[in-house]
Amino acid sequence: MATNIAYREIDGRSSGYWALLTVLGAFLAAALGSAWFMEHHGHIVTGMDNQIVWGLPHVFAVFLIVAASGALNVASIASVFGKAPYKPMARLSALLAIALLAGGLMVLVLDLGRADRLIVAMTYYNFKSIFAWNVFLYTGFFVIVAAYLWTMMDRSVQRFSKAAGVVAFVWRLALTTGTGSIFGFLVARALYDTALLAPMFVINSFSYGMAAFLLVLMAAYGATGRPLDDALLVRLKNLLAVFAAAVLYFLVVFHLTNLYFAKRTAAEAFILLNGGVNTWMLWWGQVVIGNVIPLVLLLHPALSRSRANIALAAILVVAGGLAQMWVTIIGGQAYPLEMFPGMQESSSFYDGMVHSYYPTAPELFLGLGGVALALTLVAIGIKVLRFLPEKLSGAE
Amino acid sequence: MSGCNDSRRRFMAAVGGAFATLTLAPGVILMAQAYTPGGAVSGARRWGLLIDTSKCPDGCDECVTACNTENGLKTATRPTDAQWIRKVEIKDPKTGWSRSFPVMCQHCEHPPCVDVCPTGASFKRADGIVLVDRHICIGCRYCMMACPYKARSLVHEPITDQKPHAPRGKGCVESCTLCVHRVDKGGTPACVEACAASGKNAMLFGDLNDPNSEIARRVKEFPTRQIRADLGLNTGVRYQGI
Repeated sequence: MATNIAYREIDGRSSGYWALLTVLGAFLAAALGSAWFMEHHGHIVTGMDNQIVWGLPHVFAVFLIVAASGALNVASIASVFGKAPYKPMARLSALLAIALLAGGLMVLVLDLGRADRLIVAMTYYNFKSIFAWNVFLYTGFFVIVAAYLWTMMDRSVQRFSKAAGVVAFVWRLALTTGTGSIFGFLVARALYDTALLAPMFVINSFSYGMAAFLLVLMAAYGATGRPLDDALLVRLKNLLAVFAAAVLYFLVVFHLTNLYFAKRTAAEAFILLNGGVNTWMLWWGQVVIGNVIPLVLLLHPALSRSRANIALAAILVVAGGLAQMWVTIIGGQAYPLEMFPGMQESSSFYDGMVHSYYPTAPELFLGLGGVALALTLVAIGIKVLRFLPEKLSGAE
Repeated sequence: MSGCNDSRRRFMAAVGGAFATLTLAPGVILMAQAYTPGGAVSGARRWGLLIDTSKCPDGCDECVTACNTENGLKTATRPTDAQWIRKVEIKDPKTGWSRSFPVMCQHCEHPPCVDVCPTGASFKRADGIVLVDRHICIGCRYCMMACPYKARSLVHEPITDQKPHAPRGKGCVESCTLCVHRVDKGGTPACVEACAASGKNAMLFGDLNDPNSEIARRVKEFPTRQIRADLGLNTGVRYQGI
């Protein structure tokens, strides 16, 4: 089967297609307008302040970047691990990976205090900075995955496809390790400062990227009326279930370790019990909505037979992923720095206080704009190039 | 023909050289002026502060006011306002013992803000003063995430009437400069001066590397403490009495 896959562009002439592009375009316009508004007035128009310095845009940006790496799962399984049923979907997997990364980076860059100085970020490097490493990891990801796509789409270079797939696979692991380490390397904050965040982000990427891929796949095949075999969906949903369970495992180990250290007990009490919206996001968002319900939907013998339930599970995994980013990014900052462990601290700069954060509309629209950019790139990509097979089956 | 070309090349080289000199010279001269008045910055010095918390009364904020006046900051009233120095009160919940003292950039020997800065805007001078190069700060705020002392602030809105020696601008991160503009002219930071003028004398500025300086003698004679010494950052700001 793998040798005779017929790929075809989608027609992209239906009113539904144009409606989709119009809606996505509106979100993109709203994001660019928000970025201009933030650039013009400064971060005063956001909910961020000198306590919560990274807000909702980072929640979206880091989620999209992590999901980008995970969207490559299917291509990696096909090329690196030689699983034939995944091969027809490898092109879409790589396209989605590039699109999600582009969306995430757009949000990240437009949230800079000086977004106009992007050229500085590209020309001045401090090689001890994990951020600087990430600039190379992200740009390298674009180049490598694009080359990988080329080897998949051009018969004359097809013999390099396996090698390109292996490089892309190693690179994506490095990319997510680098993204997790942005937080893991922060020694001063009680809820960061752990090497566990790097592998945790890797496994989170597997789950979020797989969910995003499933949704795009089902939407594309549903909207174009192309056949999508149940057997294939069963493979993908089972993989998603394994990844979601692994995310839960890492979460448990992370908090158990922190709970064991007396110095971290107060921070854990905050995030697990008393953290207000952060605690809510952890238990309801990340655990219940993002893990428990999807696991039931994906593994229950009867429930998991429904395509709607599989799609719902994937949507919930994405929602849970955004909640996890909120807990990690906002929750991690909301808990005050402990400059004097064991002491009560107070000051005009809100030392010793739990910091609150209320995102504003421009932040939300900027974040949603990243999602819109990713989906726009995919929608245009599958119209102009041959990414989608005419039919997909799950047979070996 | 080739002779003509040669002479033309020489002419172009001469014009180019003159143009380059005219363009670059003012910059070179400015750079030289910016860094030389107090002598070249060298690693032989390690500027530091010693804060005797027993002399720092609760409610006194002379140092904060002086810093704001010196560097053109407004009195902070909102969470988005910049604070380069603040009075921190600590209290032992078990015994009720409490203290109040100023906290600012601790001018670490191994500053996490410098490590994480992607562009190198956050940097440490050879004499230990940690600064932000406002020309290449992109406002990513990673340094604010990394600083264990909450010493840094982002400028959240447009500001006017900046002091020439303290260039500040929307979208860039900033923090205590140890009044580098004064120090380079042989002076002391505004906070230290104000503390002395108020008669408290809780703050002492000097060269930690000079064994004859008062600060070096005091840290040798009395037990002093670095905030979060466990992080191994070797701060330039030391505290007595906490």
